[in-house]
Amino acid sequence: MQDTSKVTDTTPAKTTGATIDLPGDWRYAPSRQSSAPVTIADRYGLFINGGWQRPASGEWFPTINPSTEETLSEIAVADGADVGRAVKAARNAYEEVWGPMSGTERAKYLFRIARMIQERAREIAVLETMDGGKPIRESRDFDIPQAAAHFFYHAGWADKLEYAFPGIDPKPLGVAAQVIPWNFPFLMLAWKIAPALATGNTVVLKPAETTSLTALFFASICDEAGLPPGVVNLVTGAGETGAGLVSHPDVDKVAFTGSTAVGKRIQADLAGTSKKLTLELGGKGAHIVFDDAALDDAVEGVVNGIFFNQGHVCCAGSRLLVQETIHDRFVDKLKRRLATLRVGDPLDKNTDVGAINSRAQLDKITDLVESGVADGAEIFQPRCDLPERGFWFVPTLFTDVSQSHRIAQEEIFGPVLSILTFRDPEEAVTKANNTPYGLSAGVWTQKGSRILWMADRLDAGVVWANTFNQFDPASPFGGYKESGFGREGGRHGLLAYMDTGI
Amino acid sequence: MTLAPSRDSVLPDRITNASLRSFLGGVGTVDEVMTHRRVAELATRSIKKDSKRAALLTAVRMMDLTTLEGRDTPGKVRQLAAKAIRPIPGDPTIPSTAAVCVYPNLVPVAAEAVAGTGVRVASVATYFPSGQLGTPEKVAEVEHVVSLGADEIDMVIDRGAFLRGDYLAVFDEIRRIKDACGDLHLKVILETGELASYDDVRRASMLAMAAGGDFIKTSTGKISPAATREVTLVMLKAIADFADATGVQVGMKPAGGIRTAKDAIRYLVILNETLGAGWMTPEWFRFGASSLLNDVLMQIRWLDTGRYQDPDHFTEA
Repeated sequence: MQDTSKVTDTTPAKTTGATIDLPGDWRYAPSRQSSAPVTIADRYGLFINGGWQRPASGEWFPTINPSTEETLSEIAVADGADVGRAVKAARNAYEEVWGPMSGTERAKYLFRIARMIQERAREIAVLETMDGGKPIRESRDFDIPQAAAHFFYHAGWADKLEYAFPGIDPKPLGVAAQVIPWNFPFLMLAWKIAPALATGNTVVLKPAETTSLTALFFASICDEAGLPPGVVNLVTGAGETGAGLVSHPDVDKVAFTGSTAVGKRIQADLAGTSKKLTLELGGKGAHIVFDDAALDDAVEGVVNGIFFNQGHVCCAGSRLLVQETIHDRFVDKLKRRLATLRVGDPLDKNTDVGAINSRAQLDKITDLVESGVADGAEIFQPRCDLPERGFWFVPTLFTDVSQSHRIAQEEIFGPVLSILTFRDPEEAVTKANNTPYGLSAGVWTQKGSRILWMADRLDAGVVWANTFNQFDPASPFGGYKESGFGREGGRHGLLAYMDTGI
Repeated sequence: MTLAPSRDSVLPDRITNASLRSFLGGVGTVDEVMTHRRVAELATRSIKKDSKRAALLTAVRMMDLTTLEGRDTPGKVRQLAAKAIRPIPGDPTIPSTAAVCVYPNLVPVAAEAVAGTGVRVASVATYFPSGQLGTPEKVAEVEHVVSLGADEIDMVIDRGAFLRGDYLAVFDEIRRIKDACGDLHLKVILETGELASYDDVRRASMLAMAAGGDFIKTSTGKISPAATREVTLVMLKAIADFADATGVQVGMKPAGGIRTAKDAIRYLVILNETLGAGWMTPEWFRFGASSLLNDVLMQIRWLDTGRYQDPDHFTEA
């Protein structure tokens, strides 16, 4: 990995005198969140029909802490037989308990689960950070509160579904098979399970291979909340387990969040079946910064857009399109801001950028960054002391990027920003849309009419204006083009789990 | 190409109301939502142990220990000066504050009390806090305060003129007062609580810096809201852009409403992560405060002993 801490002098005329030198020399002492409240079992079975079960295969795999590479626990590998048992349990629960239950009663369970998430938020946050590598600041202030908010929000819908779609009497679908990614393990679980349960479906969920622990913790919450057996089932394992789950014949609905490649395989696999499908896949979001934008605030948004969660975000703003007139100034400001990012121990409360989730992901990021250098883009990385063990990547900027470079086309899913320029709004839209993906975009300008003009033309499921990464359970989220279809959150999100008879 | 630092480099050749309006129209804008988000994010910084001690001692050294009351007496000012020189009697490990800040009448008393200690005397002037008098009278007041022996002058801008768009009046007044100050440090109070938006705060900051202010300062402390962390971040970013454009370093002083050590540390975090080491000294950053000092001292004692001492153990200024 390159470590070029030299800031290229790009401004035409520099004055002598005052210089801003970041980071400052006041070093913050380590302030580590204690992991004492968290107990991790040596081994986790499968949560099926309200109880913990041994996998039929008798096989287990280790889950590690990516910031230390230490093994945290062993996780069961679910095979076809386990998946079959889980789907059967979900089917029974749907037909006998959860399906017939009134919305008011379902809401009580969801409210109870939401409150229990809040009560145990610190434990879940620490566990999430240990298992996945994200900074405790984010799991504590974003992931877990948002997950609780999703359960509260959907609890509110459970007894009001007939008012959500006037004139239609919506029905649940049945058994939902859900496969979630490793970047927001607990939050994606909430995005999947809360709407499914609120609308009267039962669930078999498979967490990502590298981040099963908070999902398993959630199983114990379901248990303590007295959720009827079989309403929520968890099968753990790698891709094969997920493939077995989505192709199981007795599943009515498949919801998948993950890579576009896997999403395509699932869609092909489901062709010709009556299963309903929603996919939330990759992205290559563009920030478009106009010369009239509040520049320092746009810098904040761009930094948040790509370095939040180490860039492991499907809606990350991984391409920056900056108006040519302000390119040099904006890049200087970005570089200065990058120098203040604190990379390291995810449990340190002051860490801004944590560990890369896995060695495989680190290899992928490294490969793409090397391709950027080989393609002729100019790399910038601030000086950064990285821990010796674990998986790390220095926050990286690329300037002089062409639309045809791999780093401008492929989803890197890491802390790497590719910077391009544009001359006028038309060119900005053309470049922003010139990608197979269509998940997110950010527009930075003080001109309201231009925001609307841009939002009309950008092929993106969400367009943020003068902000980025703002989420709310009431706001639908989803993609265009190869970023998937179907929406999660809001009234639109309910549709993904309901038969409206249309 | 390298240019010598010069405030004039951002100014139009001919200074008129129209040319100043166009200068301020080009200084860029501020987004309120992102400003609040950044401040909230920095408020989560967890400052412990040695880094906390360093921050608290720095905060003491950056303090303009202030009394600005109608009932101030020479006795009270002498007491304030003694506290500024040696915040905890008998403990030389606690540094002196940067300055004492008093009304003009009490400048001679303060100057005598701090003579030879390195603590400076700051005085408010320009018909503080309202500034509701003509420029000639304000200049005369500043000349008088200078003759009384102040080291630093804290002036207030003419908010009425600024808000009605008479930028030339504001600019001209600051320039004339800076001339009257000679070599003395001039801090320009924007009274941000009376400005309409963060955009106004940014424009007023740029105008004050271009006109010659050595420091920009949030508030008189007589208007609510006084200093906020958001306004401070907006002003620090203006200072950064001004330094980039002119090479001239300008200092920052949040004042009013900063009462706890925790507050002070949050301001220092914002400073540290916005302007960095070059500004992290009393030469370039001050806290205007009256009750902050004892809370900071109490926290230092807590770091030393692991116990909170009774407030009666800390002397009143």
